[in-house]
Amino acid sequence: MDTTFLIAAAIKIAVFIGITMSFVSICVIFERRFSAIIQDRVGPNRTMIPLSILGFKKDLALPIGGLTQPIADGLKFIFKEDFTPSYVRKVFFWLAPVLVVVPALLTMAVIPFGSPMEFGNTIIPMAIADLNVGPLFIFAIASLSVYGITLAGWASNSKYPFFGGVRACAQMISYEIALGLSIIPVLMYFGGLNLGHIVEDQVANGWLLLPLWNEGGFIIGSGYWGEPLVVQRLLLLIPIGVSFVIFTTSIFAETNRMPFDLPECETELVGGYHTEYSSMKFALFFMGEYAAMVVGSALIVTLFLGGWSIGFGIDGMLPTGAWWVSLLHIGVFLAKVTVFILFFILVRWTVPRFRYDQLMNLGWIVFFEAALINVFLAALIIASPSIGLGGVAIGGAFLILVTILLIKVAKGATQKPSATAV
Amino acid sequence: MAIIKVERPKLSVGEKVYFGAIFKGMIITLRHAFRSLVGKSTGANELNSSGVGITMQYPEKKWDDQLPEYYRGAPALVTDELDRERCVSCQLCEFICPPKAIKITPGEIPSNNEWAKVEKRPEKFDIDMIRCIYCGMCEEVCPEQAIYLRPDYVITGTNRSEMVHDKERLYEIGGKRVGLVNKWNDLK
Repeated sequence: MDTTFLIAAAIKIAVFIGITMSFVSICVIFERRFSAIIQDRVGPNRTMIPLSILGFKKDLALPIGGLTQPIADGLKFIFKEDFTPSYVRKVFFWLAPVLVVVPALLTMAVIPFGSPMEFGNTIIPMAIADLNVGPLFIFAIASLSVYGITLAGWASNSKYPFFGGVRACAQMISYEIALGLSIIPVLMYFGGLNLGHIVEDQVANGWLLLPLWNEGGFIIGSGYWGEPLVVQRLLLLIPIGVSFVIFTTSIFAETNRMPFDLPECETELVGGYHTEYSSMKFALFFMGEYAAMVVGSALIVTLFLGGWSIGFGIDGMLPTGAWWVSLLHIGVFLAKVTVFILFFILVRWTVPRFRYDQLMNLGWIVFFEAALINVFLAALIIASPSIGLGGVAIGGAFLILVTILLIKVAKGATQKPSATAV
Repeated sequence: MAIIKVERPKLSVGEKVYFGAIFKGMIITLRHAFRSLVGKSTGANELNSSGVGITMQYPEKKWDDQLPEYYRGAPALVTDELDRERCVSCQLCEFICPPKAIKITPGEIPSNNEWAKVEKRPEKFDIDMIRCIYCGMCEEVCPEQAIYLRPDYVITGTNRSEMVHDKERLYEIGGKRVGLVNKWNDLK
């Protein structure tokens, strides 16, 4: 434990938590503006810097189209009355918002924001904690936020928040399984759980979803096809594509985002688990949800879309370890995350909310089974060079058998009992 | 009555997989967003949009030319073609005003005035615009056609006293109206 490490860690914690928090506010303004544009509205576009409350003559109007709106939102939340109803269970009522925000912010500790920076002769990885169990850490901590939501619903001591809490609990547990199973093919391919190494692998061999280049060169060159295992790599795109779809959808469900926002659907449950909350305590729920969204996007980008790498072989041309390269990579990473957040918003205004039984069916019957079969498929493709043609044939036959069986079971599970059945 | 059994439509595999439809939906949403961003939304021109979506951004753009003839805005006093105050402070408007927004202090016209034969004019005429409900009763009841509801709707102030329109302000809004009641002059 040397001083460089400690100082670097302190700076990284401050900067990356700052980045995440400012991303939360950027998310909010993006959400409001983009939603408005989708709905033919304008959205908040004229927030100024209110110099007049400091005693100046005029407000400062900057041509930034309402980018200061999050500041106004935040101020509003701070200055509103923080009302605790008399009938709530006070300790848990106050504890719940914290339990939502803290896990969401903790999970970004393992996300590599940029390429490692060389400082003197020490190499500083651009993740707060360069753990060797990155995704597992994220799943472990992110599941804790369900405690916050369930506690909020229970402690509010009122029926709608209670329903919201129960729904959130059921939903998050259901999708956790699909979430964990779906990235097993990815981890099998990389052969490790260190997110930093995963990104470096993608720098060399192409993004997981876009293997357009490898160490031999681009897909159009002959060097690309000369690399060993290239056909296997391209075949692997099928299970990885399925993984991506399942993982992304499960992240939507985990963060209570739009097609799966049953815990807080206002048409049925007033406000859901945060109905009784006001002021900054409500804002903490809000922040926790958006922080989870940012971390979820960051995780998807890191696993499937190359993390901080610029891609197309450009990373190889840049000097390694220079400070400006690290900053450039951080910028690229944040740009990718932003695009993914816009995707979240786009989905919100495209897909209508699921019915509750549909949600459970999708989680337990479709995604769970699909993820299981996907794991076998990926294993078969990865193992194919070593087990030979006969092994592949036996494995394939076995896989088809399992698939048919699973589909049968799934169909049986969705069948409604007929009215005449005894 | 015959019973018609409605069968659920059979879905093809592609429809059951569902993701194709979602993808298509996202393309549609994106196209709509793009059209909205460049100001080409359906109805943007008809609704006088300010560039994004179909929203008209209010203080910069106004809808004034679309106001109907009968629009009831701020009540105001008018003078006649010879710049005489039409109001003779009969106080009918004050009495009929449902929210009691009008307050008139009558005054006599001195005998050396050109219009001495009218006898009375308002010394003070205040309309509290916080109270006014723009019902138009005052216009309706006025025997001298001295008070009108004008199409002004931007009535703002930073405190309560600014929201009370006094006589000067009322004449400023109202201006001059020609050829209505000519019983006090020789125009006929």
